[in-house]
Amino acid sequence: MKYLDEYRDPDAARRSLDAIHALVTRPWTLMEVCGGQTHAILKFGLDELLPPQVELLHGPGCPVCVTPLEKIDRAIALASRPGVIFCSFGDMLRVPGTDRDLLAVKAAGGDVRVVYSPLDAVKIARDNPARQVVFFAVGFETTAPGNAMAVYRAKAEGLANFSLLVSHVLVPPALEAILASASCRVQGFLAAGHVCAVMGYEEYFPISVRYRVPIVVTGFEPLDILMGIHMCLTQLEEGRAEVENQYTRIVRQEGNRPAQLLVSQVFEVVDRPWRGIGPIPGSGLSLRREYWDFDAERRFDLTAVGLTPEPAECRSGEVLQGLIKPSECAAFGSRCTPEHPLGATMVSSEGACAAYFRHRRQ
Amino acid sequence: MCLAVPGKILSTTGDDPITRSGRVSFGGVVKEVSLAYLPEAKADDYVIVHAGFALSIVDEAEATAVFEYLTQLAAEDGEEQEPAP
Repeated sequence: MKYLDEYRDPDAARRSLDAIHALVTRPWTLMEVCGGQTHAILKFGLDELLPPQVELLHGPGCPVCVTPLEKIDRAIALASRPGVIFCSFGDMLRVPGTDRDLLAVKAAGGDVRVVYSPLDAVKIARDNPARQVVFFAVGFETTAPGNAMAVYRAKAEGLANFSLLVSHVLVPPALEAILASASCRVQGFLAAGHVCAVMGYEEYFPISVRYRVPIVVTGFEPLDILMGIHMCLTQLEEGRAEVENQYTRIVRQEGNRPAQLLVSQVFEVVDRPWRGIGPIPGSGLSLRREYWDFDAERRFDLTAVGLTPEPAECRSGEVLQGLIKPSECAAFGSRCTPEHPLGATMVSSEGACAAYFRHRRQ
Repeated sequence: MCLAVPGKILSTTGDDPITRSGRVSFGGVVKEVSLAYLPEAKADDYVIVHAGFALSIVDEAEATAVFEYLTQLAAEDGEEQEPAP
């Protein structure tokens, strides 16, 4: 495929790796933010081809993984209601709630539907005026524009049977939370390219300055990731801490302004708990007052859905913060597998535990 | 959820900026995609799509940046290794 295969060229990857080996004089620890990058790194074995002094930590950029247990339980409660059509992206269906997942609700007769776009859920609402249609609006800045448009159009059409269960999260506050932690080992970031395609990268300038950390906006193909690593290590070796853009074919500094505009019209920034990590100030999006009629948590009484603690054995919080590798968890690959996951990091196609299980198995 | 491969716009439909859409081919798999956030997108452009929304046009001029970076590294390496005259 055009704009894909050429960025997987083995000869160019080898030259890139040679350049990285020639560059590094000291140990460095980098974090790739996005779970999609983690999967590419594990799939192509890039971490094993780097100099031994270069360690890659896997970041929290997996929306499925960080959606709080409470929201999953609320999704399950909503999907179990008679008359409700519950729509979701496919990868949320197997995320374990307190005692079951959305797939179990579907198997028990609940009307749970996988949609590709939030606009598909709007269409379902349009076609089923007698039913309540709830869309599970999760994700980072990449899915927020679509979810904003869905609710904007539902309001414009007066679709009274459509609502969102919102659990949106934002990347920059999570980076700040990681950097502010006393146990932080990250010396440079590969920022998530597609999040920056939407938001641009102006938000990262103050973070880079405040924490003196290089941040390189990076793509998802092997050559992108290796170039991002080379750019980040060059900064570290030269004692610089700047924001740079590796992914210039997709990302502009200002991002996608029309998308940012509608997201800010529909959503407002709120504090949000992250599964496995805890609350992070200003790290989430919630519907603005003008759209409260479309907020499933205001439309339906969900007070009976209580707060339950995370399973003690799952160490996904430490994995998401880069404190341990998935294989350091005692349950990894034995009591926790993609078929029987203890935590969301083993479920999602962007989860670090799933990446290790699939590509490394140790 | 944040993964996306570039797809090629085959055709566009509609004039209303909010509902304008395109048929986008991802290596032969064709999907209907909203162009609400890319008012300038047109047929033959390659776009990145998330959850049914095209969010960025691939910049053709920048598509070779990775290879130019490698060439530049090789050139710098060559300069360093050149013997003094």
